[in-house]
Amino acid sequence: MAQIIKVNPTRMELSKLKKRLKTAQRGHKLLKDKRDELVKQFLELVHKTRDLRAEVEGKLKLSHEAFAGVSAVMSPQSLEEALIFPKQSVELSPSSKNIMSVDVPVFDYKMNGNSSDIFSYGFAFTSAELDGAIQGLSDILPQLVELAEKEKSVMLLASEIEKTRRRVNALEHVLIPNLQVTIKSIVMKLDENERGNTTRLMKVKDMVLKQKDRY
Amino acid sequence: MKKIACIGDKESVLCFMAIGCSVFVVESAEEAAKILRKLASDQSFPIIFLTENFYNAMPGVLDDYSESPLPAIISIPAASGSQGTGMANIKALVEKAIGADITLNN
Repeated sequence: MAQIIKVNPTRMELSKLKKRLKTAQRGHKLLKDKRDELVKQFLELVHKTRDLRAEVEGKLKLSHEAFAGVSAVMSPQSLEEALIFPKQSVELSPSSKNIMSVDVPVFDYKMNGNSSDIFSYGFAFTSAELDGAIQGLSDILPQLVELAEKEKSVMLLASEIEKTRRRVNALEHVLIPNLQVTIKSIVMKLDENERGNTTRLMKVKDMVLKQKDRY
Repeated sequence: MKKIACIGDKESVLCFMAIGCSVFVVESAEEAAKILRKLASDQSFPIIFLTENFYNAMPGVLDDYSESPLPAIISIPAASGSQGTGMANIKALVEKAIGADITLNN
């Protein structure tokens, strides 16, 4: 139920409230548009992220399986020894992109090192499966980076949508109805005063005329 | 130089060492949370991959970073297999934003 805001029922307040109502309605419309567009972008992104995650998880599973195979045939020490000094390194340069005034991260990455020779070990003491496992993992790295970017964007967009939705609802269901009933009550009060004034004047006129007749 | 970090148990993250990520091997969720906080405040790791078992164990810590654009803390399945955390997360986010999961599982 809309509540009347406590203000003095004067013309001054009335025009102030009317201005506020106009601003609120305009803000409401803008925020609603913003919310709709955010939701549209969000859903597109969610679909892409879902597909990407399914793909990445599938591939990661394969590479984990390959590694499990490797650790079965190699001792943990020699496996660790083989991996501890990687030949390639990944350098990230994060920047940001603006989606409907939400800053989302964009990751550009650069692989340092020779892409044809990514193995950080001699082939003599390691099993052949290890090569395949590392190659597979190296191949999904770009997708992993993309997934990180997309999932973070989904997270940020989700909280922005929630905020915008709350604002839209607050305007629509609280502020705007409150302003409307307040304006209505002030108009009624002013009209009532006006009528009271008219009747008083008529009464006075009658009295004056009667007095005049007597003389 | 900004790099990718990986936090998780040894079997799950050792392989990431080979492709040039910074790997942090942890045993318990508390340890993982501690390292996560350290890495997040360090600013040199814009992407932090965290294995699902630890991801699920520290919702409070993750919430602290969910509003800021960096770092992106992303769950990856552990070597023991996927628990579906990543998909559940996306679903939860859709529910948070829209009120119901309207992206049909097709």
